[in-house]
Amino acid sequence: MAEKKKEGKLSEKAKSRIWLLLSFLAAVALWTFLSVLPQTARSFPNIFVTLGQIPVVIERGILWKDLSSSLISVGAGYALGFVIALPTAILMAWYRPVRNIIEPWIQFIRNIPPLAYVPLIVIAAGVGRRPQIIVITIATFLIMCITMYQGIINIDETLIKAARVLGAKDKDIFLRVLAPASLPFILTAVRLGASVALTTLIAAESTGAFAGLGMRIRSFNNNFETAPMLLYIIIIGVIGITIEKIIKLMERKLTGWQEKREI
Amino acid sequence: MAGEAGNIKVHIDNVKKTYQGKHGEVVALNGVNLDIKDNEFVTVVGPSGCGKSTLLNIIAGLLEPTSGEVICNGHKVEGTGQDRGVVFQQYALFPWLTVQKNVEFGLNMKGIKGEEAESIAMKYIKMVDLEKFRNHYPKELSGGMKQRVAIARAYAANPEVLLMDEPFGALDAQTRTQLQQELLDTWEKEMKTCFFITHDVDEALILGERVVIMSARPGRIKDIVVNDIPYPRNQETKMSPRFLELKNQIWAQVYQEYLEIKK
Repeated sequence: MAEKKKEGKLSEKAKSRIWLLLSFLAAVALWTFLSVLPQTARSFPNIFVTLGQIPVVIERGILWKDLSSSLISVGAGYALGFVIALPTAILMAWYRPVRNIIEPWIQFIRNIPPLAYVPLIVIAAGVGRRPQIIVITIATFLIMCITMYQGIINIDETLIKAARVLGAKDKDIFLRVLAPASLPFILTAVRLGASVALTTLIAAESTGAFAGLGMRIRSFNNNFETAPMLLYIIIIGVIGITIEKIIKLMERKLTGWQEKREI
Repeated sequence: MAGEAGNIKVHIDNVKKTYQGKHGEVVALNGVNLDIKDNEFVTVVGPSGCGKSTLLNIIAGLLEPTSGEVICNGHKVEGTGQDRGVVFQQYALFPWLTVQKNVEFGLNMKGIKGEEAESIAMKYIKMVDLEKFRNHYPKELSGGMKQRVAIARAYAANPEVLLMDEPFGALDAQTRTQLQQELLDTWEKEMKTCFFITHDVDEALILGERVVIMSARPGRIKDIVVNDIPYPRNQETKMSPRFLELKNQIWAQVYQEYLEIKK
């Protein structure tokens, strides 16, 4: 019976692989079409020209520099955002005054594009790595904090009651009920945060960075080098989807017990 | 049975509970007095809003009465205690724990761990006939199975009083009938003091030795009907003349309450 189950799963997997391949081919076809169309040909060099830029950017010695610079900024800002967001979300969920004071501002700032407040941060923190990390920290903090808070506040109260009548003390409630019950929301926050960290990259690196994927795209733009620019854009996308896949895998492993999945 | 001189297990003394509602004070319960004997099965019926759940929560120690007190086992109820177990209508299983671990939760809180907890849990998992599902997560179970786990979990913690808040209210008629029978069988095997809330008169009569009828606004005890139908009871009991007679008697009073509420 177990084998039968496996077989069914495999064919399902194979099916989704085929769909993925079809989707990929469709995208390549559209890309090729855009590269031929006179109006868009300059923005979309064809796939061979674009991928052909890989050895070129490696030779110019910029690819690894840009990659590592961006990943350091994203990683540091994102980690810092998480470390601040988690306790803030817990405090907001537990203490009404904290929530009432902080929440409106999170909602307010969340809707401002980071690019708008970048100059203020540069004026305060100077150029270089620091403002990049600050921008990403702010953006990821906002989205992660609000996601975690909304999750924690919506934890089913009867679970806490059930634990209490079974003899759980405050410590048990925190460790054995609140922590596992909020894990799914924390992981959702981690996933959304990663996505925001990357989408904020361009804004963060407009702070007079010396290297970085976002900074380089701007500099390619200034020189009308569309092929490496398109390559870099694709690289950012690949990093994004890789991180998302890793986090999704973690979610499946850690919170597979969940009744429903949100997107 | 009910009339026999038994030890008083739960003594509810002039309990009053008021809430601060939107339009001023709401009296949920007023002047509630009730004595529940050791190993007695008491059921409570009444229209929604009659405060029956509030009363259960006060006995459980999840709510504090505004005035009056509840004495359980000779001690004043102050907060939850392991002498009182609760089965909730919404099951309240911990979704991140397997059936086995859910049933072990209360034992762990008592400091019983490892093999000892496992074997006690297994006993009650067998009692509700879910051995095959002991390693399943709640999301993989039907509503009826979930409630069986919740009952096993409450029993495993070995409380002296079992408080049940419309535990079968969310189940389909067939499953409900089945679980009523199982609960009766269990109660006859492992005597416990049971306080069972329902809005279903049939259910109240098939289970209880005494049926407490509550009225709304403010919630108070309207009448207590002694159910002299002997145990063991089964589904055929529902056809007996005495059952129908008592049912009519209770229905008339409950129906009157519904009309009151409609006004």
